[in-house]
Amino acid sequence: MEPAISCRGLRKHYPDVKAVDGLDLSVARGECFGLLGPNGAGKTTTIEILEGLTTPDGGAVEILGLNWKDDEREIRERIGISLQETQLADKLTVLETLRLFRSFYRKGPSPEELLRDLTLEEKRDSRVGKLSGGQKQRLAVACALVGKPDILFLDEPTTGLDPQSRLQLWEVVTRFRKRGGTVLLTTHYMDEAERLCDRIGIVDHGHLIALGTPKELIGRLDAPNVIEFTSEPAVDEGAFSDIPGFHAATLRANAWHLQVDSLADAVPPLIVGVEKRGSRLITLTTHAATLEDLFVSLTGRELRDA
Amino acid sequence: MREIRPALIELTIVRVKEFVRETEALFWVFGFPLLMTVALGFAFRDSGPERVPVGIVEGPAAAGQLKALASSPALQPRIYGADEGRAELRRGKISLLVAGTPPVYRFDPARPEARTARLEADDALQIAAGRRSAFEPRDERVEEQGARYVDFLVPGLLGMNLMSTGMWGIGFVVVNARMKKLLKRLVATPMKKSDFLVSHFLSRIVFLILEVGALVAFAWFAFDVRIHGSWLLFSAICFLGATAFAGLGTLVASRVRTIEAVSGLMNLVMVPMWICSGVFFSYERFPRAAIPFIRALPLTAVNDALRAVMNDGLGLAAVAPMLINLSIWTVVSYVVGLKIFRWQ
Ligand SMILES: Nc1ncnc2c1ncn2[C@@H]1O[C@H](COP(=O)(O)OP(=O)(O)O)[C@@H](O)[C@H]1O
Ligand SMILES: [Mg+2]
Repeated sequence: MEPAISCRGLRKHYPDVKAVDGLDLSVARGECFGLLGPNGAGKTTTIEILEGLTTPDGGAVEILGLNWKDDEREIRERIGISLQETQLADKLTVLETLRLFRSFYRKGPSPEELLRDLTLEEKRDSRVGKLSGGQKQRLAVACALVGKPDILFLDEPTTGLDPQSRLQLWEVVTRFRKRGGTVLLTTHYMDEAERLCDRIGIVDHGHLIALGTPKELIGRLDAPNVIEFTSEPAVDEGAFSDIPGFHAATLRANAWHLQVDSLADAVPPLIVGVEKRGSRLITLTTHAATLEDLFVSLTGRELRDA
Repeated sequence: MREIRPALIELTIVRVKEFVRETEALFWVFGFPLLMTVALGFAFRDSGPERVPVGIVEGPAAAGQLKALASSPALQPRIYGADEGRAELRRGKISLLVAGTPPVYRFDPARPEARTARLEADDALQIAAGRRSAFEPRDERVEEQGARYVDFLVPGLLGMNLMSTGMWGIGFVVVNARMKKLLKRLVATPMKKSDFLVSHFLSRIVFLILEVGALVAFAWFAFDVRIHGSWLLFSAICFLGATAFAGLGTLVASRVRTIEAVSGLMNLVMVPMWICSGVFFSYERFPRAAIPFIRALPLTAVNDALRAVMNDGLGLAAVAPMLINLSIWTVVSYVVGLKIFRWQ
C-alpha cells in the first residue's frame, strides 16, 4: 500500500526566510510521526503544505496516494486537522461546534460519541469561550476527528497545556492509533515526541537534520549520559580530558554539558578535577541522554531557545 | 441523537445563534434604527406652524390686545414694560412689539417672521376692533400621509439600516473569523466554500425580516407611516437591497485581515452613501452633474425604490431601474468578492 503521507523536495521560501528548504518525508499507514524542532524551524509551514493549506514553491505531496490538485475534496474527507492556532467561535457551545463540523463530512461518529471520547460531556452545553485551554484543545482535536479520518494532523497539540491536559490528549492520540489511524504531529517537546511517536524527524531551518525512531536517534549520540554542572569560577574544557569515557562538552548559559559513557566512572574524577583547579562546584545534575541532547549536539542550540 | 443537518443549514443556524448571542450587535441592528426614527420623527413632527412670540407694551389697552392676539393661531403674545419690550425685541426674543392705541408696530422688516407677525397681529387687532372680512376663505393644509418629513425619513432609514446591517453583519463576521483563523480551519474541512458564504446571506435574510418588520411596524404605530404601494414589491426591494449590501459586505471583507482595516474600508464605502443617497434629505440638492453617479449607488436605488412604493404607491415599472441596479451590484460584488476572497 502507498504511504499515508509522502513528500519530496518540499520548498517554501518567504522573502526573508527559507521556511522549508528541500524536505523529504514518508509516513506509513498506522504510523505516528513527529516533527520535532524549535520555534521557527518550519514545522507549521511543512504540516500546512501537507494539509493542502499552503502552496509550496516546489516539491510534490501525496496524501493516501492522492494529490491536492486533483483530489482535494476526497483528501479533505479523509484527514482531520488541528491547526496551531485556531480559535473556534466563542459564542457557540461545544455541541453546536461539533455538530457544525460533523455536517461537513459524509461519515463519522456522532457529536455525542466524540464528547464521550474526549471527556467533554460535562461541557457539551458550555460556550467555547468559557472553556479552559485543555478543553479547547480537546475540542479542536474532536473537530479533527469528527469525519472519522484516516490521518490526523496535529500542530503543536499540547503547547501551553498543563500536565494533566497533555496526558489526556496523549491518550486521545493513542486511542486513535489503536484504531489504525495515522498521525503526523509537530512539537517542540522532546518528551511528547519520545512518548507518542514511532519515528521522529528533527527539523531545523527548514531541513530534516535527523530521522529515525526515538531509540535510534538517541543511539546516535556518542554517549548515553549527560552531566550538567556549574562552578565558580568556571573551568575551561581542559578540565575534562582525564575523565574516563568523556566524549564531548558544550557550554550553555554558564553550564557545562558533558556527554559521558558511564556516570559512575565520570562523576568522581570530574569533582576532583574541578576542585584541583581552585573552583567550587555550584550545581551538578545528571540524566540519560535525550532528543534534546541530540538536538544540541547537532545544532549547538537548545530546542527551547533558538 | 438528532439528525445531522446539511452543512448549509448548520452553518446558517450557527450564524443566527452567534448573532443573537451578540447583545451589542442586536442593539445596533434593532434598537438603534428605532431610536433614530423616534428622535428624528419627533424632531420633525409636523405640529402645525410655530407661534411667533410678540410683545405688547403695558397700558390701558394691553389686556384687550393680549386677548385679540392670543386668538391668532400664529402668535404668542405677552405683556412687557416699555423698556423691557424694546430690549426683548432687540435681542430677538420677540419679533414684534405692539404699543398703544391705535397701535404702533415696532419690528424689523428684514426678518420674514417679523413681517408675518406684523400682518397677523394687525389682522387680529382689526377684527377685534370690528372689521368684517370681505369673504370667508378656507385653508387646505398639506399634511397628507406620504408628504410629511417622517414619510420621507422612514424609507431612508430603512435603506440605511439595510446597508449598515448587511455590510457589517457580513464584513465584521468574516474578518473576525479570518483573524481567528476560523476561516482557515473551515477550509481545512470538506465544507463547500459557497455554503459558507450563502449561509451568511441566509442568516441576513432571517434578520432582514425582523429588522425591517420592526421598523415598519414602529413607524406605522408611532407616526402612521404606511406602505401605499404593493407589499410584495416592498419586500422584493428590501430583499434585493439586502442581497446587494451582503455582496458589497463580502467584497469589502474579501481580503482584509484586521478589524481596524475593515472598519475603515466599510466607512469609506458607507459614509458617502449616507451623505449622498438621500437618507435624511433629497439628493436633488446636489449639483446636477453629480446626480447620475448618486443614482448609481445601491443605497440611492434602495431609497428611491422604497419611497416610490411606500409614499407614492408606484408599481414595478417605476422601480424596475432600481431593481436592475441592485441586481448588478449583487452580481458584481459577489463575483469579484469570491474571486479575490482570502480564506487564510
Ligand atoms: N506567511 C509567512 N510569511 C513570512 N514568513 C513566514 C510565514 N509563515 C512562516 N514564516 C516564517 O517561516 C519560518 C518557519 O515558520 P513556521 O513554519 O511557523 O515554524 P515552526 O512552526 O517550526 O515554529 C519562520 O521564520 C517564520 O517566521
Ligand atoms: Mg509552528
